[in-house]
Amino acid sequence: MFRNSYDSDNTTFSPQGKLFQVEYALEAVKQGSAAIGLRSKTHAVLLTLKRSTGELATYQKKLIRIDDHVGVAIAGLTSDARVLSNFMRQQAMRSRMTYGRAIPVGRIVQSIADRAQTNTQEYGRRPYGVGFLVIGQDETGPHLYEFSPSGTAFEYYAHSIGARSQSAKTYLEKNFESFENATLPELINHGLSALHDTLQQDKHLSLQNTSIAIIGPSDSSSDIENLSQSSAAKKGNFRVWENESVENLLKTWRRSRGEPEDGPSEEETSASAPSAEQAQGTQGSENAPPGAPAGGEDVTMEE
Amino acid sequence: MWKQPAPANSSFNEYNTFPLPQTQRGGQSSHAHGPVGHTQQPLVTGTSVLGLKFDKGVMIAADNLASYGSLARFRDIQRLHPLGKHTLLGVAGDMSDFQWLKKELDALLRQEDALALTDSHPSFSPKNIYELLSNLFYARRSKMNPVWNAVLVGGWDKVKEESFLAYVDLLGTTYTAPTLATGFGAHLAQPLLREAYEAKAGINGEGPLLTQEEAEKVLDDCMKVLFYRDARSINKYQVATITSGGVTISDSRSAETEWKFAEGLRGYGGQTQ
Repeated sequence: MFRNSYDSDNTTFSPQGKLFQVEYALEAVKQGSAAIGLRSKTHAVLLTLKRSTGELATYQKKLIRIDDHVGVAIAGLTSDARVLSNFMRQQAMRSRMTYGRAIPVGRIVQSIADRAQTNTQEYGRRPYGVGFLVIGQDETGPHLYEFSPSGTAFEYYAHSIGARSQSAKTYLEKNFESFENATLPELINHGLSALHDTLQQDKHLSLQNTSIAIIGPSDSSSDIENLSQSSAAKKGNFRVWENESVENLLKTWRRSRGEPEDGPSEEETSASAPSAEQAQGTQGSENAPPGAPAGGEDVTMEE
Repeated sequence: MWKQPAPANSSFNEYNTFPLPQTQRGGQSSHAHGPVGHTQQPLVTGTSVLGLKFDKGVMIAADNLASYGSLARFRDIQRLHPLGKHTLLGVAGDMSDFQWLKKELDALLRQEDALALTDSHPSFSPKNIYELLSNLFYARRSKMNPVWNAVLVGGWDKVKEESFLAYVDLLGTTYTAPTLATGFGAHLAQPLLREAYEAKAGINGEGPLLTQEEAEKVLDDCMKVLFYRDARSINKYQVATITSGGVTISDSRSAETEWKFAEGLRGYGGQTQ
């Protein structure tokens, strides 16, 4: 029934000095689809790969706005993420109400890390099964943090979590030195390249599966963001681009790689589905269509 | 028709308002954790506080007296309290509530400083502290337990590069102006402060502000007037100056006063003819 004798109680150390329930919780994060975060001197961005449970289902959103100046990307159990993000929203509102001040990013991240930590030390509780990448800006500039169910919160120049995130990490580690002074389009292109690396061989970034969040002033020299669509973008606040709105960002990225703007032709991705309508349905889907067994580690986790 | 009220400590539940098992010992007024005290009147009080913006910051003045009713009970009390590097409170009203307020705010700022060690985030701005005080004072008056003070918050906003001056009192009333005064000072000194301020800045405040020397002179004059006419004041006061460089609080000082005119006064008792 239990995989080992220290499983039943998450607060008891194994002789190897491990808390197995915490390690399993970290596993849950790895099962969730990938999320990537990068930071420059002026901006912080999040990029996520969305999944749908099937052809008839919508894609699960992975980016959550906390406040004008903070937002998160999640990987792991969506329901746990909702509990934590609601808590973060409360913290953010409390700070605005009592002090008239936007809560400093590091503090709001620490507050959920502290909550997660108590779950690893109190009897009868379980760790959260979700990891966050948190971006935000405060009086000390833009920030990127990782929160993990073990109760830690670290700041990063660039980071990735979730399924196959090691590939993205490799890309980020190779390129992070250029992020500091990157423009917003450059930063997003790096992010999309890293995100692309987390995909399986025959999969591609599409309008359906890609969503991008930005904090920092919009870039006036390019049209990657549709300012008329988002007052948050005009103010430099947290905003999310997905579905049709992510098209410009994807096209700009493909152009920067010398690829055809409209992306890989649809026949390629769906040889068995000749009609255009069907093709669109399967093309973006990270999950394999029903029938075809999904090849990834992604199958079991709901997200 | 109405009976004599029961003594305050009566333990007899006359109208059976409590279910029997919950009948409280020690009278109806007691709470689960013992009786609750609400401030219903101030006891030891401080009088006026004055505030004035000048070209490089803001000044706040208050005398050193804490009165017990009309008795000048404590004559060396500082009513100016710095909070961090760029904020200062000038407090009138109940001095024990002021001491409590100091304790709470100092604790909060200490916590904030500790957090800043990990993320280097700037501490509360004067605006943040004022917002907190406004919420606190209004919440407490809404519980029928006011923090019995009138407070001037002076400070320097490092982000906006400008001075800050605002008022909040026991009712949660808030306002801001380039010249402010609490209590008696609002009647006696505020017109003088405005006169001096508007003489240079104009009624729209668009002209130049007073210099530091001019501002200090105006406050000295106002403190003198208050000492002459406010029976709860003494001729010993301090002036705090808040600029981009931080808070400085002067030593206690006195205004030059002139009492010869009193010789000729008749009709207040004392003299025989």
